[in-house]
Amino acid sequence: MIWAGFLQRAIMQGIPLLYGSTGEIITEKSGNLNLGIPGIMYVGGISGVIGAFLYEQNTASVNPVLAVLIPLVCSMLGSLLMGLIYSFLTVSLRANQNVTGLALTTFGVGFGNFFGGSLSKLTGSDIPSISLTATSNCFRTSLPFAEKCGWFGQVFLSHSFLAYAAVIIAVVTSLILSRTRVGLHLRAVGENPATADAAGINVGRYKYFATCIGSVIAGLGGLYYVMDYANGVWSNDGFGDRGWLAIALVIFAVWRPNISIFGSILFGGLYIVHNYIPGLDVSGQELFKMLPYVVTILFLVFISMRRKREAQPPAHLGLPYFREER
Amino acid sequence: MSKAVKQKDAVPAIRLQNITKRFGSVVANDNVSLSVQHGQILSILGENGSGKTTLMNMIAGIYYPDHGQIFVDGKEVVIRSPKDAFQYGIGMIHQHFKLVDVFSATENIVLGLDEKEGFSLKRSAKRIMQISLQYGFDLDPDKKIYEMSVSEKQTVEILKVLYRGADILILDEPTAVLTPQETEKLFAVLRRMRDSGKAIIIITHKLHEVLSLSDQVAVLCKGRYIGTVNTAETNESELTEMMVGKKVSLNIARSEPKDPVDRLVVEGITCRNREGAEMLHDVSFTARSGEILGIAGIAGSGQRELLEAIAGLQHVDGRILYHNPKTGQTDDLRDKTPLQIRELGVRLSFVPEDRLGMGLVGNMDIVDNIMLRSYRKGKGMFLERKNPKSLAEKIIHDLEVVTPSANTPVRRLSGGNVQKVLVGREIAASPTVLMAAYPVRGLDINASFTIYNLLNQQKENGVAVIFVGEDLDVLLELCDRIMVISSGKIAGTVDARTATKEEIGLMMTKNSADHDRAQEGGAEHAAETA
Repeated sequence: MIWAGFLQRAIMQGIPLLYGSTGEIITEKSGNLNLGIPGIMYVGGISGVIGAFLYEQNTASVNPVLAVLIPLVCSMLGSLLMGLIYSFLTVSLRANQNVTGLALTTFGVGFGNFFGGSLSKLTGSDIPSISLTATSNCFRTSLPFAEKCGWFGQVFLSHSFLAYAAVIIAVVTSLILSRTRVGLHLRAVGENPATADAAGINVGRYKYFATCIGSVIAGLGGLYYVMDYANGVWSNDGFGDRGWLAIALVIFAVWRPNISIFGSILFGGLYIVHNYIPGLDVSGQELFKMLPYVVTILFLVFISMRRKREAQPPAHLGLPYFREER
Repeated sequence: MSKAVKQKDAVPAIRLQNITKRFGSVVANDNVSLSVQHGQILSILGENGSGKTTLMNMIAGIYYPDHGQIFVDGKEVVIRSPKDAFQYGIGMIHQHFKLVDVFSATENIVLGLDEKEGFSLKRSAKRIMQISLQYGFDLDPDKKIYEMSVSEKQTVEILKVLYRGADILILDEPTAVLTPQETEKLFAVLRRMRDSGKAIIIITHKLHEVLSLSDQVAVLCKGRYIGTVNTAETNESELTEMMVGKKVSLNIARSEPKDPVDRLVVEGITCRNREGAEMLHDVSFTARSGEILGIAGIAGSGQRELLEAIAGLQHVDGRILYHNPKTGQTDDLRDKTPLQIRELGVRLSFVPEDRLGMGLVGNMDIVDNIMLRSYRKGKGMFLERKNPKSLAEKIIHDLEVVTPSANTPVRRLSGGNVQKVLVGREIAASPTVLMAAYPVRGLDINASFTIYNLLNQQKENGVAVIFVGEDLDVLLELCDRIMVISSGKIAGTVDARTATKEEIGLMMTKNSADHDRAQEGGAEHAAETA
C-alpha cells in the first residue's frame, strides 16, 4: 500500500519538526524569539552521536538501556548548553535576539559538521559520515505487534519511542500552556512582561527556564533524525533545513503545540511528496521541497487577513525586557 | 455592618505623617500628613506636578519615602514593594492599566497569585462574579481585554485589587479616561464600597467630582500639603484658591502686540481618538500675528490633539484657515499632511511636547536633526550638508547650547539643550505660526528664560505664537491672551493682562453646561437602577 507507506514516512519526517516547533513554541511564549533552533537541533544530534560513538567504541557488547540513555543524556546536555548561552546573552545581557539566534545557528551547524568530520576521521573512513547501527537499532525498537495490525500498524504503531514521546510532549505542553498557573504566567511574560513583573512573576527566571527547556526539546529532534530517520548514520549537513521548517511550523500552528502535531505530519508529507510523484527530475524535486514554505507564507497571508488576536505571536516576542527604573 | 464601621472610626485606616520625598534636588512631597477612615472617601486635589501621584505611590510601595511614617490601622508599617502594600490590604489602581490584552478578565485578575486551593479559572470566575455582584460591577469574566472598553478595563483593575482582599483602595485619576455616564457608574460603585467599610483615596483635579463624591479633600500645591477640609464645608472657589496657591511674580518682559492680524482661524474642529472618544469638541479660536496665545488646561484635555490637528497629524472635522501674509490667500489646512502644508507656502513651526520622540531623533547629531527640515534640498542624490552645518553652529552659538560639537547625538545633551536645539531649528525656518507645547517642561530657570525670550522675539517679528503651558504664573506673564481648554472644549478666553489665577483655575476644572446635564442624567439613571 503506497499511501500507508507515504503516511508512515510523512510522520517520520514530521517528528523532528514537531520536536523543534514544540521547543520553539515554549521559548517564544516567554517572548524569546530563538532563531538558534536549527543550530540547536544540529548540536542535539551530534551530541547524541558523540555519546553513542564513544560508548560503541569502548564496549564489547551493547547494553540496550545504556545505548539509549547515554546518547539521550548527551544530546540533552548539548542543547541545554545552547539554550543557556542564548538565555544568558539575551536575558541577562539583553543582546539582540535575532543576532544571537542566527549566530547560534551558524555555530551549531559548524559544531555538528566539525565533530562529524572529526569522528569519521577517527574511524578512518574517507567520507564524512559515521554509522552507529547498534545504537540506532536500540533506538528504533518499535512495538512488536505493529506488523500484525496491517496498514494501521504500519502508519501508527511502527514508530520508535522518541516519536511517541514527541507527541506526548506536544500534548502535555499544550495542556500546561492553557490549563495551569505556570502556563498562564509564561504566556503573561511573553505578552506583557511589565504586567507580569508587576504581578510578582519573576520574568527573567521564566525566560531562562522556557528557553532552556525549549532548547532541550528541540535538540531531541536532532537526535531522532540521526538515530531513527537516518538509521544511525550521521552525515555532514544531512539534517538540512529542517530547523527552519520547524520555525515555520510554529507560525503554521499559531503557537499551539497540539496543532503542531498535525502540522508536522502535513509538513513532513509535503517535504517528501516529490518521492511519490513519478517522472520528476532533480530540479522538479527541489521545487516540491519548497512546498512547506509556500504553505507557511500562504497561511501567514491568511491569518493576517483574519486579524484574529489569538492567532498572533506573543506581543512582546523578540523584545528585551527592561524593568523601568525610576 | 454599619456598627463595625463606626467602631473602626476611632483609628484611621491609613495615616501618613510628615512624609517627604525628594528626587535629586526636586522636592516632590514636603512634609505631607493626612489620614483616611474606614468607610470614607478622601480626594487628593492638586494641579499637575503637585505630587499627588508620588504620594500615593509611596503608599502603594512603588516609591519609598525619605522621611515620615505610614500607619495602617494605627500600627506603623514599612512598605517597600507593591507586595508589602497588598499584605496591608492596600491596592492601587494606576492611571495606565497593567493588563495582558489577549487574556480574559479572570486570567488577568488571578495573574501572579498563588492561591492555596490550586488553579481553577472556573472557581476564580465564580468568585469574581460574587465580588461584582456585591459592589454592582457589570463584567463578563470570560471577556478578553482587547474586546473591552476603557471603563471595563478599569473595572478589571479594580476587581484585581478587590480579589486580593484590599481594604484601602487608591485610584489615580480614574475618571480621566471615562465618559460622564461611566464616571457616574464608577462613583456609584465607589460609594457602595465606602458604605461597606472600605477606605478610598481618589486622586483627581476635577472639582465637581471632588464635591460630588468625597467626604474629605486634601489639597496639595507644588509638593506642599495645604490642608484637609470636609467636603460639606467647602466650595469650588475655596478649593481652587488652595490648589493654585498665591501668585508669584516672574518678571518676564512683555511687549504690546504690534498691529495684530488674524493669521490662523480654527473653526469648529472636532477630533476623536482611536477608541472613538471625543478629544476635541467644536473648538474655535483665532491666533493673531505678533501675539502670544496661551493655552491653559489640565494635562490631557485635548491640547496635544489640537496642535497636532493644526500641524497636519490628526484627522479632524471642521476648518483650519490660514491667511497667507505673502500671497493674501486663505487655505484650509484640515486633513493635509505636513508636506502638503509646507508646499502651500505655509510656514508653520511646531515644537512638540515629546521632544525626543516627535521633535528630534535622539541618536542623530545636531546637524542631522536640523536636516530633518531641509532633507529635500540639495542636488542629485546627495544631501546638502553645508548649510545645515552652519545653521547648527549658529544655533549652538546664539542659544548657548552646551555640547561638545555639532556632531554629538542629541540624546546625550541635557533636557534644556535638547529643547534649545529643537526651538532653534523651528525658529530658523522663519515661521509665521509657531506652536510650542510645554517648551520649558523640565528646564531650569535660566534655560526657561532663554525660551521665553525666543518666543517674545518671534512675537515681535510678527509671528503668531501658540504657547501651551502648565504653569499659570508663566502663562499670565508671557501671553497676551489665554485660552482655557477643559475636557476638549474651550472654557473661555481671557486677557492675560487682567486675568487672575483663580479665574483660570476655575475655568480649567469646571465642567461645561451640557457636561453637567449628562452627569445628572447618569445619576438619575443610576438611582433608578439601584
